[in-house]
Amino acid sequence: MTAKRREFWTAMAFVSPWIIGFLIFMVYPLSASIYYSFCDYSVLRSPIWIGFQNYTDLVRDNLFWTSLENTFIFAMLALPLGTFVCLSLAMLLNMKVRFMSVYRTIFFLPSLVPTVAMAVLWLWILNGDLGVLNQALRPILSVVSIVLTHLLGPILGPIRLKPPNWLSDPGWTKPALVLLSVWSGGNTMVIYLAGLQDVPRQLYEAADLDGAGWWARTLHVTLPMLSPVILFNVIMGIIGSLQVFTLPYIMFGSGGAPANSTYFYVMYLFDNAFIYHKMGLACAMGWIMFVIIMVLTLASLRASRRHVHYSGG
Amino acid sequence: MVLATGVLLALSALFLFPLVWMVDTSIKPITETMRIPPTWIPSHWLWSDYPQAFTYGSKSLGYIPFLVYGRNTLVLCILTVAGTVISNALVAYGFSRIDWRGRDKVFAVVLGTMMVPFPVLMVPMYGLFRNMGWIGTFRPLWVPAWFAGAFNIFLLRQFFRTIPFELSEAARIDGCSHWQIFRLIIAPLARPALAVVALFQFLATWNDFLGPLIYLLNQKTFTLSLGLQVFQSQNGGTPWNLLMAASTIVIAPIIILFFFTQRQFIEGIAITGLKG
Repeated sequence: MTAKRREFWTAMAFVSPWIIGFLIFMVYPLSASIYYSFCDYSVLRSPIWIGFQNYTDLVRDNLFWTSLENTFIFAMLALPLGTFVCLSLAMLLNMKVRFMSVYRTIFFLPSLVPTVAMAVLWLWILNGDLGVLNQALRPILSVVSIVLTHLLGPILGPIRLKPPNWLSDPGWTKPALVLLSVWSGGNTMVIYLAGLQDVPRQLYEAADLDGAGWWARTLHVTLPMLSPVILFNVIMGIIGSLQVFTLPYIMFGSGGAPANSTYFYVMYLFDNAFIYHKMGLACAMGWIMFVIIMVLTLASLRASRRHVHYSGG
Repeated sequence: MVLATGVLLALSALFLFPLVWMVDTSIKPITETMRIPPTWIPSHWLWSDYPQAFTYGSKSLGYIPFLVYGRNTLVLCILTVAGTVISNALVAYGFSRIDWRGRDKVFAVVLGTMMVPFPVLMVPMYGLFRNMGWIGTFRPLWVPAWFAGAFNIFLLRQFFRTIPFELSEAARIDGCSHWQIFRLIIAPLARPALAVVALFQFLATWNDFLGPLIYLLNQKTFTLSLGLQVFQSQNGGTPWNLLMAASTIVIAPIIILFFFTQRQFIEGIAITGLKG
């Protein structure tokens, strides 16, 4: 055996765990999943080919559209707000203030909290009657109500603001989940922070010479330099929020109570697979999700082409 | 700067509050958790909620103490962390320290696998493990960790490439095999990167909910995540003080781990974010 060939087989030995894993846990499930998505399959019986029926069934299925819509609404709320908050926090944490490492730790801490514990904790905080959030909001809102009644009472009549019933009012369940996702966005914040620290100092000095204020520097130096990181986080955010499962599953139960308002895509997929044993249908849902993720990722890459600035490229 | 400090202090209080409130509730007697307006400082500190949390949860579940969930979780963490570190280090070595034809193309495939969302693979994986008779055992939850994954291969490969190649060359001239170079030179030098991989895997296993939910059937084998959920859903009139004590038990090890490994944590996240 030549030296080069021996080298090749040595390399194969080193990468063999990945190759075996790739075949068993990627190639096989992917091909099986495509096949099952065209089958009536319940795991207990062998799959029966039914063509595109799973897909046409889904298009006619209201719950499919509800779960998809819920997921998109959640992502559309959580992504912009999360980006804004995480970016602002990162900018704050990039300043020169004493005890900075303590602040950084505090903002990062919630993202370490295991999802199940987070769900349970916030069920307690957001509880309509006993929850500490509403107990804090109640007096504040009653003061605001009195002031508003004084100002607008003659036109609108008495105004009585009440804290929302976060967990049982279908209009407030998604904002509640968005609140949680912002609270636990420490990972994203740290990535922004690392990006901010990579912005060359000379650029700020040059901007200062041009007489740029804080806002101008942010707009013309920080944000353009940070654009690749923002793009990365937005794409990761899209992928992550489309797969949201554990938090709503624990907080609102598998049906997505109240009134299906928290029934998200992966929850419906899970129910189809493991509750109704419609494994083929679940696979079809998986593939639709895969396509949506691909399309959104490519679209954001495309849309960002003009706005994202890569140094040296 | 005074303004900035003020803003930071106020925001810190907001971010920290939920966790403080959790611990606060966990040391209150149950009657005090129902009080309006809420009391900040418990009338007396009741640490007994903790031992009670361990046993209370068990009553409705046929006497399975919360402690068993903790042990199960720990066993899984050890198995997955060991598997992840060993397999990914080997594979990353193959992708960074040995030259072979087609390496970069195969590596592109490795990276490509990162784009596949888990829900697509969920059903066939379940079917596969079912055919192997693994449903209801820990095996579906730890065996795959021994076959390396794109994300960790990428992270370690980046790190391995920064180690000077002259070291390997010199060792080769001295007659070392690749296996010896890996074991005696690369692995020891890569300890910080291996620590990051181990940390992330520990966190992932400790937090995992969907995996145990799908594969575990018997409450004796449940993990903390699953146990906490069952605990929560099976208790009608929720004993919030006990539930908060149980949540604290699940969160505390992670926070303690973080305090001892802060730098690796942040560095690891920064690497994944920026060079991804």
